[in-house]
Amino acid sequence: MKTKVNMTPEKRRNTILSLLLIAAILGACAFLDANKYSYNYAISIIERSMIYAVVAVSMNLVNGFTGLFSLGQAGFMALGAYVTAILTIPVDQRASVYYISGIHPAIANLHAPILVALILGGLVAAAFAALIGIPVLRLKSDYLAIATLGFAEIIRALISAPQLDTITNGSYGLKSIPGFSSLFQVLALTVVCIGLMVLLINSSFGRMFKAVREDEIAAEAMGINLFKTKELSFVISSFFAGVSGGMLAMFMRSIDSKTFQVSLTYDILLIVVIGGIGSVTGSVLGAFLVTAGRELLRFFDEPLYIGSINIPLFRPGFRMVIFSILLMVVVLFYSRGLMGTSEFSWNGILDFFRGLGKKKVKKARGKV
Amino acid sequence: MNEMKENVLQMENVVMQFGGVRAIDGLSLEVNRGEIVALIGPNGAGKTTAFNCITGIYTPTSGAVKFGGRDLRGNAPDAITKLGIARTFQNIRLFSNLTVFDNVLIAEHLRAKDNVFSATLRLNRKEEERMRAETEQLLREQGLYEYKDDIASSLPYGLQRRLEIARALATKPELLLLDEPAAGMNPQETQELTDFIVKIRDQYHLSIFMIEHHMDLVMQISERIYVLNFGKLIAHGTPEEIQNNQEVIDAYLGGSDDAES
Repeated sequence: MKTKVNMTPEKRRNTILSLLLIAAILGACAFLDANKYSYNYAISIIERSMIYAVVAVSMNLVNGFTGLFSLGQAGFMALGAYVTAILTIPVDQRASVYYISGIHPAIANLHAPILVALILGGLVAAAFAALIGIPVLRLKSDYLAIATLGFAEIIRALISAPQLDTITNGSYGLKSIPGFSSLFQVLALTVVCIGLMVLLINSSFGRMFKAVREDEIAAEAMGINLFKTKELSFVISSFFAGVSGGMLAMFMRSIDSKTFQVSLTYDILLIVVIGGIGSVTGSVLGAFLVTAGRELLRFFDEPLYIGSINIPLFRPGFRMVIFSILLMVVVLFYSRGLMGTSEFSWNGILDFFRGLGKKKVKKARGKV
Repeated sequence: MNEMKENVLQMENVVMQFGGVRAIDGLSLEVNRGEIVALIGPNGAGKTTAFNCITGIYTPTSGAVKFGGRDLRGNAPDAITKLGIARTFQNIRLFSNLTVFDNVLIAEHLRAKDNVFSATLRLNRKEEERMRAETEQLLREQGLYEYKDDIASSLPYGLQRRLEIARALATKPELLLLDEPAAGMNPQETQELTDFIVKIRDQYHLSIFMIEHHMDLVMQISERIYVLNFGKLIAHGTPEEIQNNQEVIDAYLGGSDDAES
């Protein structure tokens, strides 16, 4: 790297801040990992957030960067999850998992290391996406959304079909999936997946995705093949959705087809919208805020007494009311999501806090 | 200026029918290498439809569109751009939220030899550097380099037009189609554009086929002019011949009620 030599003070400051942040994250993870029994709950929130961050970025790749309104994420996650689960459940425990209808002989002894299983899960999801994409990507906007939503449901219905009981274990689902042994495994997978997607987005192909998003007719006139470009984005996005589905399976240790209902896609969509459609760091931020927010608000579900008076609103389910109100507030004040289409930058953050300090009305965040 | 009259674009008896409407009715024309040719006519005459037939947005109902002797029918717009025809649009179509630099850089990718893996893993550094160097050179040549980091939609109108042309040039075309390049420009901007079109024709060895309403511009630089009215060719000739053609004068002033300048 030829940088270091002629770095401006600002650049040097930003590099130092980034290194500090990375060190802080690694330190925090190391601390949590070392005390995993006392911080079980926090670790599970963080792991779920990271997994959701991967799907959210993959969804953003299609929706935010290529401009295709696709809602098939849950379906592709399901494929990845099932492939990973089938390949990683320990062979000697399979009889007890498939105790109802038995296991199909073809997969009875099929076993793969976790990493291979996750990649295969991604590839299966990508292959399905490639097939589905051929008819579906010719549709535009809302029609595309409905078609992908439908396909995701078809995948889910197939998985729970009785004919596939010996492979997917039908409505009983799969359990005894080996989990992650350490928080660092999840962190590493997340960083690699999101890192690859960021590299893609900033590459010449990422620019083509953005061109298609901006103006399809102009993109075509610049020699960009619309279908190939959309298909590429859709397939790659589905690959990472599949990998994150596999990660989710490992995180939950047991899955069934209900795990991957449409509501999962909506959760991811929510993260993408809150974070900012077209911002990777926004999606990551959104994943943590939404996942953690939902958990931390649990205190609203506990009965609350002031003196001896029971406040009647505080009961199970109330946190979702609060959560929804918070979401509405966020969307009202940040109509383009927390990050809009800009990415995280130290300059943006520092300007933001300086703005707060000076009580400025408008704050300049990133490049608007 | 061209003795050999090598033929670049040829439309033979092209008909474009939308339901019961014949937007273009038996249009035949040709553009020779190195020429600037204009297509004029009142609003709704079918000029942009003719462009769309050439660039593959529409497939003509009948007739042939040939580029360098090769029939273009059945080719998608991106394939036609690859063959060497670039265009601009009547209502500017930039990648509005991207920078000036990225707008041109995207068009450079047309001739890039990389794939999604090499691009993601940055194994295409050479290609990427070539594309960036060419983009930089093109922006400098077009006087757009100082705006390279600006968002395309933030440019003044005249510069947006120029950026759209620069982006088209980045695909390294032989034939450039300009759809009303001077639309919405004041006389001074129009004069600048006139010189600009001649300049890029010479600099990039282009043939230029344009639709335009500004008669000053058309008469000044066109070697030949085709006049279209209600989808039919009503005249063809040099600027002098067209200026004195009674049918053209009627089409513009007498028969139709929309006043064009």
